[in-house]
Amino acid sequence: MSTGSNQLGLYLTLFAALGLAGCEGPLNSPYPAADAERNILYSSFSERPKHLDPARAYSSDESLILGQIYEPLLQYHYLKRPYVLEPATAEALPEIRYLDAGGRVLPPGTPDSAIAYSEYDFRLKRGIRFQPHPAFARGVGGEYLYHHLGPEQLARIQTLADFSETGTRELTAEDYAYQIKRLLHPALHSPIAELMKEHIVGFKALGDTLERDYFAAPKGQFFDLRRYALEGVQVPDPHRLVIRLNGKYPQFRFWLAMSFFAPMPWEADAFYAQPGLIEKNITLDWYPVGSGPYMLAENNPNRRMVLERNPYFHEDRYPAEGDPEDAPAGLLADAGRLLPLVDRVVMVLEKETIPYWNKFLQGYYDYSGIASDNFDQAVQVGSSGSPELTPEMLEKGIRLETSVAASDYYLGFNLRDPVVGGLDEAHCKLRQALSIAMDYEEFIAIFMNGRGVPAQGVLPPGIYGYREGEKGINPYVYDWVDGAPRRKSIETARRLLAEAGYPNGVDAVTGKPLVLYLDLSTHGADDKPLLAWYRKQLEKLGVQLVFRATDYNQFQQKMAAGNAQIYQWGWNADYPDPENFFFLLYGRNAKVPNGGENTSNYVSEEFDRLFERMRNLDDGPERLAVIDALQEKVRHDAPWIFGLHPKGFSLHHAWYGNLKPNLMANNKLKYLKIDARQRAARRAEWNRPVWWPLLAGLALLLAAVVPAYRSYRHRLRAAAL
Amino acid sequence: MTAYLIRRALYALPLLLGVNVLTFVLFFVVNSPDDMARMHLGQKHVTQEAIDLWKHERGYDLPKLWNAGAEGTAKLTETIFFQKSVGLFLFRFGRSDSGRDIGADIAQRAWPSLAFAVPALIFGLLVHITLAVGLVFFRLTYLEFWGVALCVALLSISSLFYIIGGQYLMGKLLLLVPISGYDGGWNAVKFLILPVIISVVAGTGSGVRWYRTLFLEEVERDYVRTARAKGLSETRALFTHVLRNALIPILTGVVVILPSLFIGSLITESFFAIPGLGSYTIDAIAQQDFAIVRAMVFLGSALYILGLVLTDISYTLADPRVRLN
Repeated sequence: MSTGSNQLGLYLTLFAALGLAGCEGPLNSPYPAADAERNILYSSFSERPKHLDPARAYSSDESLILGQIYEPLLQYHYLKRPYVLEPATAEALPEIRYLDAGGRVLPPGTPDSAIAYSEYDFRLKRGIRFQPHPAFARGVGGEYLYHHLGPEQLARIQTLADFSETGTRELTAEDYAYQIKRLLHPALHSPIAELMKEHIVGFKALGDTLERDYFAAPKGQFFDLRRYALEGVQVPDPHRLVIRLNGKYPQFRFWLAMSFFAPMPWEADAFYAQPGLIEKNITLDWYPVGSGPYMLAENNPNRRMVLERNPYFHEDRYPAEGDPEDAPAGLLADAGRLLPLVDRVVMVLEKETIPYWNKFLQGYYDYSGIASDNFDQAVQVGSSGSPELTPEMLEKGIRLETSVAASDYYLGFNLRDPVVGGLDEAHCKLRQALSIAMDYEEFIAIFMNGRGVPAQGVLPPGIYGYREGEKGINPYVYDWVDGAPRRKSIETARRLLAEAGYPNGVDAVTGKPLVLYLDLSTHGADDKPLLAWYRKQLEKLGVQLVFRATDYNQFQQKMAAGNAQIYQWGWNADYPDPENFFFLLYGRNAKVPNGGENTSNYVSEEFDRLFERMRNLDDGPERLAVIDALQEKVRHDAPWIFGLHPKGFSLHHAWYGNLKPNLMANNKLKYLKIDARQRAARRAEWNRPVWWPLLAGLALLLAAVVPAYRSYRHRLRAAAL
Repeated sequence: MTAYLIRRALYALPLLLGVNVLTFVLFFVVNSPDDMARMHLGQKHVTQEAIDLWKHERGYDLPKLWNAGAEGTAKLTETIFFQKSVGLFLFRFGRSDSGRDIGADIAQRAWPSLAFAVPALIFGLLVHITLAVGLVFFRLTYLEFWGVALCVALLSISSLFYIIGGQYLMGKLLLLVPISGYDGGWNAVKFLILPVIISVVAGTGSGVRWYRTLFLEEVERDYVRTARAKGLSETRALFTHVLRNALIPILTGVVVILPSLFIGSLITESFFAIPGLGSYTIDAIAQQDFAIVRAMVFLGSALYILGLVLTDISYTLADPRVRLN
C-alpha cells in the first residue's frame, strides 16, 4: 500500500511541475503560455482534409484552408447580400464579349442562339507576390536551388520548414493559365474537369492530348504543362488573361471565385514533382503555394493545421460598404483596415464532440457549432418561438448566429419507376399526396432541434429567385393561413391519393395495398427512429413503406442504374445561382442514362426549355418570371418531396469580431478579428484550477493506509509468535 | 537459438501471405474498384471516364486474382493482388489511394502513439503489480475483500466511461489538465498525464485481479513456505521469490503486445486528440483506401508474430530452465 501512495506522490509531483511550468496561464490550457495574448484565432476540424490541391479539393473542410491561401480572380463581397462578386486579384470584374462563329464581336442584345463564344477578359492587379517558398529560391546565378534535390539534401528534409532558403515572384496571368491546364492533368482527377470540357474552348482536345502524353511519359518526372497550349485561354501580356467559352455560360463567373481557378506557379509543380519529396509526403496536394493572406505554416492533418500571415500579401482592405444593418451591428468598424486582421489561425483536429465542446466552453476555441448532445445546454426556445441562448451561455458572453444553408435535403422519386414515376396527372397527384403526408415541420422539430426551414421548392433562401411570403409557398402542399404557410390537411392528401387511383392506400384496379420502397444508405441503429418516422408519415395515408437499406456503395450503384424508387438525397450549392439548383432536374443531366446529377431522372420538355432560357438570362424581371415558371412546374410535377434547407447554428465568444455568416465566400478568415486580451482574461477567470478535491483524495488515501499498516504490524507480530 | 529464429521467420511467411489473401478477399467482397474510385473522387460531377482513369492510374483496372487474358506468369503477376502485395513483404507500403506515402504517415503517427502507450504500459504494470502484491500480502483480511470487490466494480465499468468521466473530473471540474490535445517533444507531457492516468485506472480492475491470481498461485508453493520457515519476512518472500517466479505468465501477456504498442488505441487517441496510428486503419476502411488497409493489416500481423517470438526469447531470460531448440 505504501507503494501505492508513492505512485500518488509521483502524480502530485507531476502536477506540481506542471503548475510551475504553466504558472503564466491556466493549467488546462492546451496552448503554449506565450501565445495567450497573441492575435491567434483558434478553431477545429473534425475530419482531416483529403486534398489541398486547388485542382482537386472540393469539400468545405478543404475550402476552409485553401480559401485563405489561394487567390482566385474573383471573390464574394463579405458583407453584401444577395451575394455579389467583386475583384480579388483582378483589377475589375471581367469585360465579357460575345462572339460569332468567326470570332467577331457581337453587339449587345444579340440572341443567345447567335452567340458562338463568350470571352472573359481580365486584367490583373500588379505587384501581387506569392508567399515565401523554397520552390522560388534561386542561387546567385539565378538557378533554382531546390528543383533538383540530391540524396544528401533530401536526407535533411522532413518538412517544408527544413528548407533554409525561400523566394517569391510576382503573380502573372500565366499562373492562372497554368492552373486551368492542371484541371486536365490525368493524375489529378479534378472534379470539374469533365464539366469544363463542355465550356472552355479546346479544353477537351487538350485533355485527350495530356492523357496520351502523360501515360507515355517516364514516371517520376515533372510533367511540364507549359509545353501545351490551351486554345480557350490566352495570355496577351503578363497581366491580362482572356478565357474563351463555347456559347454563353453566365455561371462561369462563379467558378472563377473558387479555388479551382486559383493561380499555380509552375515552379511549385516542378518542385513538388521530385520523387524524393513525394516519399516524404511533401507534395502539392499537402503544401499549398499561394498569394493569399495566409500560408500553411504547419501541416499535420492528423493533429493541427496552422495558417500564418503571408508576409508578402498585397494591399487588401476591409470593406467600407455593406448592408444597411451592418453599420449598426459594428461590422463596418474596421472599414479600410489592412487585411488580414488575425496573425495566425490554428485549426486543431477534434474528432469527438465532448472534449471539443468543453474546450469551447473553457475558451480554448473561439467559435463552435452545436452538436445534438449539447443543443439543450446551449439553446432554448424563447417566448417568441425563436431560438435563444441559455443563461449559462449568456453569462459567458457567448453569441448565437444562425443562417440557412444554400442546400436542399429532400426525398426524391425515381421518375423511371412505374409506380411513383410518370408525368401524367395521376402520378403527379400521387407524389403530391405523399409530399403533403411527409410532415417536415415535425421532422425538423424531432430530428434537427428546429435547425431547418421546410422547403417550398427547389431554391433555398438567399438564392436569386427565392420568394418570401405567400408568393413563395408550394401551393400543392401548403396553404397560406394567418400570414404563414400551413401544410395541407391529410384529408387533402387522401383525396389526391384517391384521384391518383389509390383510395385509402389501396390500388383501385388490383385491390392490393400500395407498397412503396425507400432506398437509403443507413448507418445502423441510430437511423431506426428516422425510419420509423418515415413509415408513420405514409401510414397516415394507408400506404406501406418498405426500407431497402444498403451500404453506401450499393446505394450509389442503385442510383446509377436507376433501380431506386424513393431515395434520400441532398445538394450543397456550388454557387449562388438558381441554375445550380434547377440543373438537378434538367433532362440532359439525368442519372440514367447520362450519369448526371439529375438523380430523379426527371425529363420534362417544358422544364428543359424553361431551364435553358433561364440559365442564360441576366438577373432581372424576365429571369424572375422564368424562375417562377420553373418552380411552378416542379411543384406540380413533384419529382422530389421538397424536404428542408438546413439552418446552421454557431456560437461565438465575446472576443470574436466581424462575424457575418457568408455561405459562399471561402476566404472569410481574413475579415475576422480577435480581442486576444479579453480572451486571455476570460480564460484565466474560467480555468482556475481546483486543488482541494485532489488533496482530500490524498488525505483519504493516507487514512486508508493507516489500517493497512496496523494490519501489517499485527501480522508481523503474529508471525513472531 | 539462431536456428529457432530462422525457423520462426520462415513459418511467418505463409502466415503473412494467408493474412494478405484474406484481407484482399474480404476487402474486395465488400468494395469494388469502382466504389473505391467513387469514394475518392467525391460525389459531385463524377463521370465514368474519371472513374476509369482513377482505376487505371492506380492499377485497379487489372483482374483481381487471375489474369486470364495474359500470357505465362503474367496471368498471376498482372493482377491487383500481385501488384499490391509484393512490396509489402519488403515493407514497402507505397502510396495510399489518396496519394500519401504510407510509410511516411506511419513513421509520423507512430511516435504519438508510443508516447501514450509506453508510459501507460509501464505505469500500468507498476501500479497493477504493486496493488496485486499488496492484496496478496493482506490476503484473508478485510483489505483483500474490499480490494477485490473494488477491482470487480472497476472491471464492470466501460472504458469509455473512464475516459469521459476522467475528462469531466480532471479537465472540466478540477481544471488541472487539458481535456484533449497534443504537442511535440516534452510539451506532450501535460497532454499525456490524463490519458495515462485514465488508462492505468481503467485497467486496474482486470490487471490487479489477474496478477493477484498469479501471485496467489505462487505464494502457497513449497519454496515460499521454506523461505518463510528460514525466517524471511513476508515482504522479502513476496518481492524476491514470488514476483520473480510469477514473471513467466506476466511476460506472456506483456512482451507479446510490445511491438504492437505503436499501432495505438482507437478510442483513447480519438477522445484525447492524440495524433497516433489508432484511427489510421479505421479511417482507411471508411474511406475505402485499400492500400492503407492491407499495409496496416500486414504490419499488425508481422508485429504480432514478432511479439510471439520475443515472448519466447524473454522466457529464456526469465527462466534459465527454458531452452529454445
